[in-house]
Amino acid sequence: MNIHEYQAKQLFANYGIPVPTGHPAWNAEEAKQHAQILGGDSWMVKAQVHAGGRGKAGGVKRATNLDEVMDISHRLIGTQLVTHQTGAGGQPIHCVLIENTTAIKNELYLSFVVDRASERIAVIASRAGGMDIEEVAAKTPEQIINCTIDPLVGISAYQCREIAFALGLDAKQRKQLTTILSGLYRLFQDKDLSLLEINPLIITDQGDLMALDAKINIDDNALYRHEELATLHDATQEDEKEHKARQFELNYIALDGDIACMVNGAGLAMATMDVVDRHGGKPANFLDVGGGTTADRVTEAFKIILSDSKVKAILVNIFGGIVRCDLIAEGVIHAIKETGTKIPIVVRLEGTHVDKGKALLQESGLSVIPADDLDEAAQKVVKLVKGE
Amino acid sequence: MSVLVDADTKVICQGFTGKQGTFHSEQCLAYGTKIVGGVTPGRAGQTHLDLPVFNTVRDAVDATGATATMIYVPAAFAADAILEAADGGIKTIACITEGIPVLDMLKIKAALTNHHPHVRLIGPNCPGIITPGACKIGIMPGKIHQPGKIGIISRSGTLTYEAVAQTTRNGLGQSTCIGIGGDPIHGMSFVDCLELFQQDPKTEGIVMVGEIGGTDEEIAAEYIKASVTKPVVAYIAGVTAPPGKRMGHAGAIISGGKGTAADKFAALEAAGVTLAHSPTDIGARILECFK
Repeated sequence: MNIHEYQAKQLFANYGIPVPTGHPAWNAEEAKQHAQILGGDSWMVKAQVHAGGRGKAGGVKRATNLDEVMDISHRLIGTQLVTHQTGAGGQPIHCVLIENTTAIKNELYLSFVVDRASERIAVIASRAGGMDIEEVAAKTPEQIINCTIDPLVGISAYQCREIAFALGLDAKQRKQLTTILSGLYRLFQDKDLSLLEINPLIITDQGDLMALDAKINIDDNALYRHEELATLHDATQEDEKEHKARQFELNYIALDGDIACMVNGAGLAMATMDVVDRHGGKPANFLDVGGGTTADRVTEAFKIILSDSKVKAILVNIFGGIVRCDLIAEGVIHAIKETGTKIPIVVRLEGTHVDKGKALLQESGLSVIPADDLDEAAQKVVKLVKGE
Repeated sequence: MSVLVDADTKVICQGFTGKQGTFHSEQCLAYGTKIVGGVTPGRAGQTHLDLPVFNTVRDAVDATGATATMIYVPAAFAADAILEAADGGIKTIACITEGIPVLDMLKIKAALTNHHPHVRLIGPNCPGIITPGACKIGIMPGKIHQPGKIGIISRSGTLTYEAVAQTTRNGLGQSTCIGIGGDPIHGMSFVDCLELFQQDPKTEGIVMVGEIGGTDEEIAAEYIKASVTKPVVAYIAGVTAPPGKRMGHAGAIISGGKGTAADKFAALEAAGVTLAHSPTDIGARILECFK
């Protein structure tokens, strides 16, 4: 789960990480009031969306008077911000963060990630702050500092020193960085984060370290033990269909194509998209209905698929292991009748009770097109969409 | 011969009296797995499915001599259950549970590596392990399997079933099938399994089913090039998966441009592995290796 920058900065502040003073605002008037309370003579107005690349996309602006704060906020709030990380539609801006501007002497990069290869939390730092870190890693790998933390020991003082020296920090800043790294590691552990990124971590004109930006991703699997974090979720930043699917414990991801897929198992769902693509079709979604699926869930899955107006055909691909094919068939029949859809549906069933399942579909009198294997099913559905 | 488990393997179930544990223990017993009891804290002395229930794994191991366990306890308690199994003397742990917090797994993996280097953890978030006709530990449908000569390693449940069904249909059958799971931090890797299959005289060919995310397949490719002489067929799911999106499995995500299906296919091909570009081709490709 992603959270907004202003929420991440509040967590930072709780853990003793220096951040600019600031306040979120949901309308222009509120933005002006916060700027007034903050004082000073210039402010940053930062669009709060769950995507990187906001600056380049015009979502981060500097204002030098209160009217400008209002004007920028007014122009941002209620619009969609399109960055290189969002889809073509962009992400809606409902909130802006108003902060005092900070004089920057130097920009650094700092992040904590779960590193799969070492099976540890890794700290990644660089003197090349404010840039796309993946690009830095690709072009100038020598600029990347990497350090992994033994989960049974935690972050050590020597590791903080190593990173600080590699970043070229002075004695005061080295001490500050040690405090920051220790705080971030505690935050990462306490809140079950899967990613924490500060880009840039700046050195101010006073020579102090400060987190100018904050990105946090929380492990969905651990949300059950963080009720306080679950409330930070902003559903407006999610695809509507993906949000709905989550409520029914369906794994759904919207894509750009016109062939909807409904599959059991994440691997098979990915494979189904790939095979559709190999036969010249374009998948409209990833959808895993799960191992213990029921007729009700199949119906809900169909409703979500059909709410995508791009969809011209549906491919159902089920390998019944624990799930019985006859139950899936009942679910499909029920879903077609309940939704009254006229969209062509190709169904491939395999595994437990496959004969019963196929018989049910045939006896239903509905125009469901059967297929014996995934390739055949994909060929048929692609032909249907192309009108062949 | 087979890999890790056979007809004599004594198995317990953690989360034995729960709904999942009960259903799948019944299925495994029906398949012929030697389940010798189960663990549900606070219910020692009772019997369940005509088998003894124990309070702790240690008690179960002491009383039954079990060497393997299958774990169905809820995600919040599953990491603890894995460590309990290892500390209790279990050698092969299959953790079926999906949704274990990743930081819990980091700690458990470090503890296993440090204190139990010889314990084999399969999963979590996996279908388990099966030696057809001998021992089924997990949730896979037993009857699609057939004893034979192909070792199967997979990150995905239903894709494993596809590979199994095809190798049953073409008569090759399976020596052992290991579902290593869809989580980013997990137990046995492709390399760990490849090593066992390479050593196992009954295994004559290997099928690897991978997916986007991480670099396990790339590391496996290097290992195959250096150390595997048996034919290997590989399929990777997720060619069309968009970057930055978690495709159902917690571990199936392309991040920072790394972990794409294209990279994995390329690494495996360079290692001399036969590629199946569609899951429906897996059976045909491995059959060709024996002609």
